[in-house]
Amino acid sequence: MSDLTSAGTAIGGAPVGAEGPVPDAPATGGKERSASLWADARRQLVRDPVFMLAFVYVLVVGSMAAFPTLWTSQDPRNCSTDRSRLAPSGDHPFGFNILGCDYYSHAIYGARPSIVIAIMATGAIVVVGGALGLLAGYYGGWVDTIISRLMDIFFSLPFLLGAIVFLTVIKRQNILTIALVLFLLSWPTIARIIRGSVISSKDLDYVHAAKAVGASNGRIMWRHILPNAIAPMLVYATIVLGAFVAAEATLTFLGVGLQPPEESWGIMISDHQVYFLEDPWLLLFPCGLLVGTVLSFILMGDALRDALDPKFR
Amino acid sequence: MGRYVIRRLLQFIPTVLGTMFLLHYMTSLAIQFSGNPVRALFGDRTPPPALLEAVTERLGYADPCLDQRGNPCFGLFFDRVADVFLRFDFGINLRQREVTELVADAIPFTLKLLVIAMVFEAVVGIAAGVWAGLRGGSFADNLVKISTVFVISVPIFVLGVVVREFVGVKFGNVLRDQAWIPEVISNGMFSPGFKPDYPFASLIIPGMVLGAVSLATTARLTRTSIMENIRADYVRTARAKGLANKRVIGVHTLRNSLIPVITFLGVDIGAAMAGAVVTETIFNVPGIGRLVTLSARTGESSVVIGVVTMLVLVVLVANLLVDILYAVLDPRIRYE
Repeated sequence: MSDLTSAGTAIGGAPVGAEGPVPDAPATGGKERSASLWADARRQLVRDPVFMLAFVYVLVVGSMAAFPTLWTSQDPRNCSTDRSRLAPSGDHPFGFNILGCDYYSHAIYGARPSIVIAIMATGAIVVVGGALGLLAGYYGGWVDTIISRLMDIFFSLPFLLGAIVFLTVIKRQNILTIALVLFLLSWPTIARIIRGSVISSKDLDYVHAAKAVGASNGRIMWRHILPNAIAPMLVYATIVLGAFVAAEATLTFLGVGLQPPEESWGIMISDHQVYFLEDPWLLLFPCGLLVGTVLSFILMGDALRDALDPKFR
Repeated sequence: MGRYVIRRLLQFIPTVLGTMFLLHYMTSLAIQFSGNPVRALFGDRTPPPALLEAVTERLGYADPCLDQRGNPCFGLFFDRVADVFLRFDFGINLRQREVTELVADAIPFTLKLLVIAMVFEAVVGIAAGVWAGLRGGSFADNLVKISTVFVISVPIFVLGVVVREFVGVKFGNVLRDQAWIPEVISNGMFSPGFKPDYPFASLIIPGMVLGAVSLATTARLTRTSIMENIRADYVRTARAKGLANKRVIGVHTLRNSLIPVITFLGVDIGAAMAGAVVTETIFNVPGIGRLVTLSARTGESSVVIGVVTMLVLVVLVANLLVDILYAVLDPRIRYE
């Protein structure tokens, strides 16, 4: 599916096979060959221009979220309506919004809620979804039945519809509740991924060997089975970070996400959608930032999948 | 096969009941914490207590457990389940209209939207995928590859707003100035929102927006699977037999390559239904999504539970049909 990075694959794959089968491999050639999956993947990713570009973009957006003052000295809540919708100029590169607040600083401060929500929700689905998937796959039987039915329940709720119902019913829409709802509706996917890879690896010989020498269930799961499942989980988590950024903006746009005194890209878009034809930049800046962030996460996920899949080497 | 279907159908029961309970508990909690939704009917007037009580009783919000915070109200839940499945009674909304009636009013719009989206994404997506897949590495291939990544990363509401303003308003205004263009096109198809006068034409563009994201996925899926199959032995055999290229591609390659695509399209019905909420909001279509959003806002638990339960059933049945279809299309797959 992810062919965008095939150029990177070719470059990254070169050092392993370039020398051909070296006759004295056991003596000296071990260094390149014995590199772990992760070291190989890192080397390949660093040489992949698409991945690095996306990574830099994510770093930029991340630093906007973590240290907004690094990017702007303006206060996004210092508004004056006589500056309403003034076009971009030197001092104010993004112009002013409908309320006459500086749009550039609004955009910078708007990165934070999206990123924080995406990180919290992704962290939660990785921990909870991962744990439940591990338990379901490892123990099987009634544990699997209960967890699988629970997954079915959340899985069958259409994502956006479920989020809208939950958020309107909760009535308190802040960063925490939005992250909670996103987590609730999407943990089954990651649990399913982990469950699948646990089931496929729990009957392997080294797991039986670990059992035979008396390793506890916890140790087998943590040390022997989980490492096999990390790679697909990491790929999915990267892509889902982008999906959550988009979901937060969508929910905010629909009016069930963050509410106006907050700064957020979704609010910027929904407040100015009617001015699109007169002042298109009011929409283009937040849309561009949002699309760029989602795109970067998707490209990073794609590149990671290629790098972590030994079949592509 | 028969046993597999029966087992799957039996698994529906806990899933549907679980979903219903989840929604029931959420809406009950909302009533317990923020008060009787019936008061919304009276606006800012204070109704006489006797009247309020009578209306609350009639609308089914009088159960004492709705006053106890955190109580999951099992009694009310079992009544509701019995009503829905034994008497096919989904309850009434605050204005005393049957939920089934509300759904019957709203579903034609959502269905039309879904059909347009599905047809659009299947036809254009598969065509683009085949076009790119047959010419791996060429300009067409790269064009499809890059444009699909971009489409996937544009959130549907951004796409919707941009299309509404550019195509519906700006381009539509140009068309509306030309006298020779028929009304159906200038006022119907290229209108910035849904128009009751043109119930089909004005849904075409919203449907295309709804289908756009899945279109990209469809195209990529078709492309990869065409590229895999074009190198298969049976395709070479077909070529060696001297069959026309059209037949080799159209019958031998395409039929096999479309199996994963059809699976995706089936699963996508559920996602498209959720995406319809956004499209319906942007283009002002009075469909299912808007019904659920509005009733969640006013706290009408019966409407929310009823409609979402129906949608969940649709998703589950669609998934089951896809799994069966998969076995029909690909004889290598057997369900024990």
